[in-house]
Amino acid sequence: MRTMSLALRHELVGLSGVIERNIYLVKRYIWWDIAFFLWTVANTLTIVFIAKGIPAVGGKIDVEKVTTILLVGAVIWAYLGIIFEILTETVAWERWEGTIEYTFMAPLSRPVHLIGMGLFAIGYGVIRAALLFGVVAAFFGLHLHNANYPAALVVLMVASISFIGIGMMTAVLPLISPEKGTQLGFVAQGLLLVVSGVYYPVSVLPGWMQALSTISPATYALRGCRAAIINGAGLSDLTTEIWALLVIGAVSVPLGLWTFRTGERYAKKHGKLKRSG
Amino acid sequence: MKALEVHNLRKEFTRRDGRGKRRVAALKGVDFEIERGECVAILGPNGSGKSTLVRLLSTLLLPDGGDARVFGHDAFRETRVVRRLVNRVSVEASFFKKMSAVENLSYAARFYGLRPSETRDAIPEILRRVGFPADRRDEPMENLSRGMQQKVALARALLTSPILLLLDEPTTGLDPRSKQEVQQFIREVRAEHDATVLLCTHDLAEAESLADRVGILDGGALLCLEPADELKARYNAETLEEAFFAASGHAFENGEGGDHK
Repeated sequence: MRTMSLALRHELVGLSGVIERNIYLVKRYIWWDIAFFLWTVANTLTIVFIAKGIPAVGGKIDVEKVTTILLVGAVIWAYLGIIFEILTETVAWERWEGTIEYTFMAPLSRPVHLIGMGLFAIGYGVIRAALLFGVVAAFFGLHLHNANYPAALVVLMVASISFIGIGMMTAVLPLISPEKGTQLGFVAQGLLLVVSGVYYPVSVLPGWMQALSTISPATYALRGCRAAIINGAGLSDLTTEIWALLVIGAVSVPLGLWTFRTGERYAKKHGKLKRSG
Repeated sequence: MKALEVHNLRKEFTRRDGRGKRRVAALKGVDFEIERGECVAILGPNGSGKSTLVRLLSTLLLPDGGDARVFGHDAFRETRVVRRLVNRVSVEASFFKKMSAVENLSYAARFYGLRPSETRDAIPEILRRVGFPADRRDEPMENLSRGMQQKVALARALLTSPILLLLDEPTTGLDPRSKQEVQQFIREVRAEHDATVLLCTHDLAEAESLADRVGILDGGALLCLEPADELKARYNAETLEEAFFAASGHAFENGEGGDHK
């Protein structure tokens, strides 16, 4: 019993170390983070301006509603991007800095290591997403009187479990291919969102893409967040989305851990777990 | 109980060249043992398999055959236990370069289960012991010289109180003064801690001055392992370089590549 509690204590301290390291990195790269945030704001504005542009070319839409739909899509895209980016850095950044061998020979279990990265990613991602949403909503003067932000946050948190599971799968790619692995993570992010109705209803997709959308957690995250922010839906109205996200999370996290472990074993077998690839 | 037992350890890598893929042996059935508290130097030129050996013992590689036990624990099956017992300093100090020495040591200590309350005083103290200036503790690592970075690497390794210390060319590329300071610190660590040291180096003088026994690794094969004096006597050599030549059949810097990964 004492051994187990000591082991658990070590793991929790190790997990805090993963988060501590990432906080140091944010502190040291804060100006780069601000610059990247400005790029994200600019990128989001270009998407959300589409809602203003449609009436200008003769289309008839509810501008405020479409603006909000696009904004939620862009914010979820940015959030997912941060989760994937931070999890991919589990390997990619460490390899670039030359710390990968030191980190991977530390007595920290891989699930705790990856979950630590995921928890930091959620915290950092939520702050960034909230700021992005606030800045762009203020820019367009959106009046979201009905918005149920706590419900939207809960949906995003539950969705994050699945996003982290998928992020773990992409995190292993730089271990297998040091040159191209990171870019493949962006491919996964893009594929996930294109079938999930990021800027459009899933119903406009071809049948086979609609089928894929049912297993994408982003579909339920987008639907749930939009319902909460545009219609003020509460948690009792969002049980379908939350249950779907929980089920996908229950599958994707163990699958992500297994995939990473398999990739790590491959890297250790072939000598790829090292700084220079 | 032996600190380290290595039996018939083999590792091959796949190399792609103009003739396609081929398997190249990095370690060819290496056997040796180290007693607790002993310092053993493995001497070999670049490409002899030294780093492969250290990376196998650091649990960063899986072998193609043979086994290794660290204080009785299987290095490839009981990795969590082994990782708690081992730490390593390699040729290049591995740090997040924008982070300071204190920040790098701090998070690394957590990975070994050390809480903030345990490292608050321990980190400044260990940095002081390795001769790291107190006024530079919070500077980014990228501002520090190689010698200073290597001192921080030693401090990081010792912070976790390893009982097996793997040193993979810890003084390569350092200026003579830094090299002497690092070597002196290794002596102190041996004298004051109950640490066993495996030193892989291509610095003949370093091997002779620090180690109880010296092994010659060439082309992935361990040719001999004995005290430096006995090694020289066996090959009727006056220097380790001559002994290396006699044992391997070629000059020290012309080793046959074995350290392919």
